[in-house]
Amino acid sequence: MSNAAAEPEPDEQAEGEARIMTGTGAIARAVRDVNVDAVAAYPITPQTEIVEGIAEYVETGELDAAFSRVESEHSALSSVMGAAQANARTFTATASQGLLYMSEMVWWTAGSRLPVVMAIANRALGPPWNIWGSHTDALSQRDSGWIQLFASDVQEAYDLMLAGYRIAEDSDVMLPMMVNLDGFTLAHTMQPLRTVPRPAISDYLGEPAVPHAIDVDAPRGYGAFTAGDNFWKFRRKMMDAMERVPDVTREAFAELEDVTGREYDLVHEYRTDDADVAIVGLGTLAHEAEVAADLLREEGTAAGVVRPQLYTPFPEEEVRTAVADAEKVVVLDRSTSFGRDGIVTREVDRAIDQDAAGVIAGIGGQNVAYDDIVRIVGGATPGETVWFGGEIE
Amino acid sequence: MSATSLDMTQVRWHSRGGQGGMTASQLLAETAFEAGRQATAFSFYGAERRGAAVASFNRISEEPIKLYSRVTHPDVVVVLDETLVDVESVTDGLEDDGTLIINSADPDVDFGGTVMAVDATDIAVAHDLTADGTPLVNTAMLGAVAAAGLVDVDDVDDVVASEFDETNATAVREAYERTEEV
Repeated sequence: MSNAAAEPEPDEQAEGEARIMTGTGAIARAVRDVNVDAVAAYPITPQTEIVEGIAEYVETGELDAAFSRVESEHSALSSVMGAAQANARTFTATASQGLLYMSEMVWWTAGSRLPVVMAIANRALGPPWNIWGSHTDALSQRDSGWIQLFASDVQEAYDLMLAGYRIAEDSDVMLPMMVNLDGFTLAHTMQPLRTVPRPAISDYLGEPAVPHAIDVDAPRGYGAFTAGDNFWKFRRKMMDAMERVPDVTREAFAELEDVTGREYDLVHEYRTDDADVAIVGLGTLAHEAEVAADLLREEGTAAGVVRPQLYTPFPEEEVRTAVADAEKVVVLDRSTSFGRDGIVTREVDRAIDQDAAGVIAGIGGQNVAYDDIVRIVGGATPGETVWFGGEIE
Repeated sequence: MSATSLDMTQVRWHSRGGQGGMTASQLLAETAFEAGRQATAFSFYGAERRGAAVASFNRISEEPIKLYSRVTHPDVVVVLDETLVDVESVTDGLEDDGTLIINSADPDVDFGGTVMAVDATDIAVAHDLTADGTPLVNTAMLGAVAAAGLVDVDDVDDVVASEFDETNATAVREAYERTEEV
């Protein structure tokens, strides 16, 4: 399917275009529409279609950007980091082993306080070899200083990219941004999308303004040797910047809503007001859980869904408020931390006033459907983590 | 299954890598979307290579679709390669009020519900729709899907003509006319 867009009709220039696209297509389209200056990429399933789409936009002239085909993910992030240091708006994308391979530069980019935006088409880490979804790839970089957003449908993937640049480039933040979309289940799923006209995005984002951008008239060193009397100050400033992210994100979402009419919050809530059971999770699995909540309610269990869209920093207060009166909090966790159950389960446990029931489900392509989630909720026990796959014979 | 969020038509496609099953499911979603409906399309495959079995899925509804899991209880099953009938249980989860649409000149399937057949391979070859010797039967099978009433054949024609060309659109039309209930 071609990404090449025809000249938009006049009304589309005001309202955006209605299209049907995959998650990868929506990310590529967002990169086009925010007028990114520099892209560097190395292919890896299930991300590859993102950078293929961008390459096509650059080739057709729809996006005027420098596109670097590099020899590794480490080089991809190094390349856009350098461009960001020169105040360019940048993008790269990866997944799984590719993210691990660029990990050194993941930390370097955050420590350099550069607002790079990177899409992660979440995929399991090997071995054993696997190309399908899990969140452990992105969550393994949780403490690196990157902000993390999680999308749960194609429209969110597009919209969170727009908000992602706005948040990362905010002068109170100046930290890089990962926009996560589930490998295959969102990356390769085609759904309706409404784009936002480029002039509206341009007004929403403004121009990037890295305060420590390279200036040839005022040369200075970057990432220089720093000893114990100063090193902590750099980390302290990153910590403080990260603490400002929730407020900046709320503001970015509110102003995006003014443009698009679509509402986002740090935590998306579905039927939580009177919920006795709160199902918590990230991305598509938590989106499908809304149907499970509907079915549970028909069976007499008042269930709701709590879906953080901001993961780092984790919106503890919002999650606590969302699950407030629930008797049981069930976390659908697509990650593992050996010796510590699921990574998201630990975050939720820390946020709420009760013991969460953890369920490790849907990793590496394990199919989990709404009716499975109904059964999962019935069998989940507070204070314990179980596996959707059950016991191994 | 009375939740309104489950009020939808679910389709499962069976094909082999290279035949265009995934593209067919995407074109079906696009056709439904262009006709003003909500639609999703996605695929599941093990090996990303020619000849390997591929399952593709559609959900079509009047309401936004929240499901991402694989379709296990389809209303309609479309088989692009009849040799898959011996390899996979193509009718798994398909109830007797469902429809099986198969590319075959002489269908031999054990299914109690509606079976519709068309020789899409013959149509693809006649229109020179092949890639590396593999007949591209996907657009013809979309004509059969229209014949089963899932979407309007004119809408399919429009989408196929704009994404591909008039030859493919002609294959859609011919398959639509040649599809018969067995």
